[in-house]
Amino acid sequence: MKSAPFEYHAPTTTADAVALLAGLGEGAKVLAGGQSLVPMLALRLAVFDHLVDVGRIAELRGIERRADTLWVGAGTTQSVVGASAEVGAAVPLLARATAFIGHFQIRNRGTLGGSIAHADPAGEYPAVALALDASMEVVSAGARRSIPARDFFEGFWTTTMQADEILAGVTFPVWSGRCGFAIEEFARRHGDFAIAGAAVGVELGADDRIGRCGIGLIGLGSTPERAAAAEAAITGRPIAEIDPDEVGRLAMNGLESVPSDLNGSATYRTRVGAAMVARAWERAAAEALDA
Amino acid sequence: MPDGAAQMPIAVTVNGRVYAAPVEPRQTLADFLRDECGLTGTHLGCEHGVCGACTVLLDGAAVRSCLVFAVQTDGAEVTTIEGIAGPDGELSAVQSAFRDCHGLQCGFCTPGFVMSVTAFLHDRADPTDDEIRVALSGTLCRCTGYQGIVAAVHQAAGAPHGEESR
Repeated sequence: MKSAPFEYHAPTTTADAVALLAGLGEGAKVLAGGQSLVPMLALRLAVFDHLVDVGRIAELRGIERRADTLWVGAGTTQSVVGASAEVGAAVPLLARATAFIGHFQIRNRGTLGGSIAHADPAGEYPAVALALDASMEVVSAGARRSIPARDFFEGFWTTTMQADEILAGVTFPVWSGRCGFAIEEFARRHGDFAIAGAAVGVELGADDRIGRCGIGLIGLGSTPERAAAAEAAITGRPIAEIDPDEVGRLAMNGLESVPSDLNGSATYRTRVGAAMVARAWERAAAEALDA
Repeated sequence: MPDGAAQMPIAVTVNGRVYAAPVEPRQTLADFLRDECGLTGTHLGCEHGVCGACTVLLDGAAVRSCLVFAVQTDGAEVTTIEGIAGPDGELSAVQSAFRDCHGLQCGFCTPGFVMSVTAFLHDRADPTDDEIRVALSGTLCRCTGYQGIVAAVHQAAGAPHGEESR
């Protein structure tokens, strides 16, 4: 239960961090809060020659309202995100999802960017980023680009970021108007990886029709997934006509890599997933109608 | 591949005293506290962030010391279970409550519980039963069970002893 040896680097600016990554090549890994990476190192599921700790880079931390978006620095801890009144008001789904991440001791170290860059299919923040159409601000030596959430998650623990890039921040659109948000998870124990879950946002348009909606799925694929077909099928319909169970069923259609393990078969997870989507939908819809 | 990578000098303030030592980057804060500082009150159960036994306060926040490398804490302040009692050895309110409420049996997990509960009650003065159970969910006890521990948190918080717990 000890990591293999590595060299440790602790840059204090983003520019230094990306210069280090460019120089060190494939054998280097970014260390953020370490709440997923350090267990993987301890179990020797991962071995790296170099760790570049981004925890001392102040410019990676912060929460800022920018016009109709909210920017959250990648290095901002989950505890800070969860306690932020600004996040609670502007991006309620992000705030509500935070309480489901591990335990408070984990959230004191774990970061928003670490969670998203780790791209665990059972992660809460990736599901929220997908549901809300967030965009990832990615930096390398001499370049900066923005990757929409839908193009960011590529496979199991894999994103479309390159090895010499770091995630600097995430921009969440602020949904205004009559909106509702909810997250539901089913887990063996609070804080465990969910067997299945869903993060839902809904915004009402004219005549209480669905103006837009986002359904992020948790633990239902090999990578963070979004129920895009279900969203398309219900957008534009009057909210009163939408049966939450139907949304749940639609959201499970076409899922091709639902995990199967001792905690539940793929069939079971799909049933739980449909129920989680239905519950989250019901709560989000009620909140939107009340708004 | 670093072959027993070069040691790096760090200085960490633990329970008010500065400990300076060269460390291998892969050494966890937990191992640093136990092996370099001689503070063996911090217990290691799982060593991969599941059991919570190794919880300490890092700059005031409860963290799992097996999931932090000692090099990351250079310049930081750490409080361990050895720093919880008063200077004359008087137990803290949380420690007393664990004793009074039979919140421990073998005691292996207790340092983690005491550190976590100390931080939790600092942020949340009068928690409900549900909030306590959620706060305790990150720490595992395998012998006494949790009823006594929940009662201890209530007592330490100043709530009527065990009233809400069943």
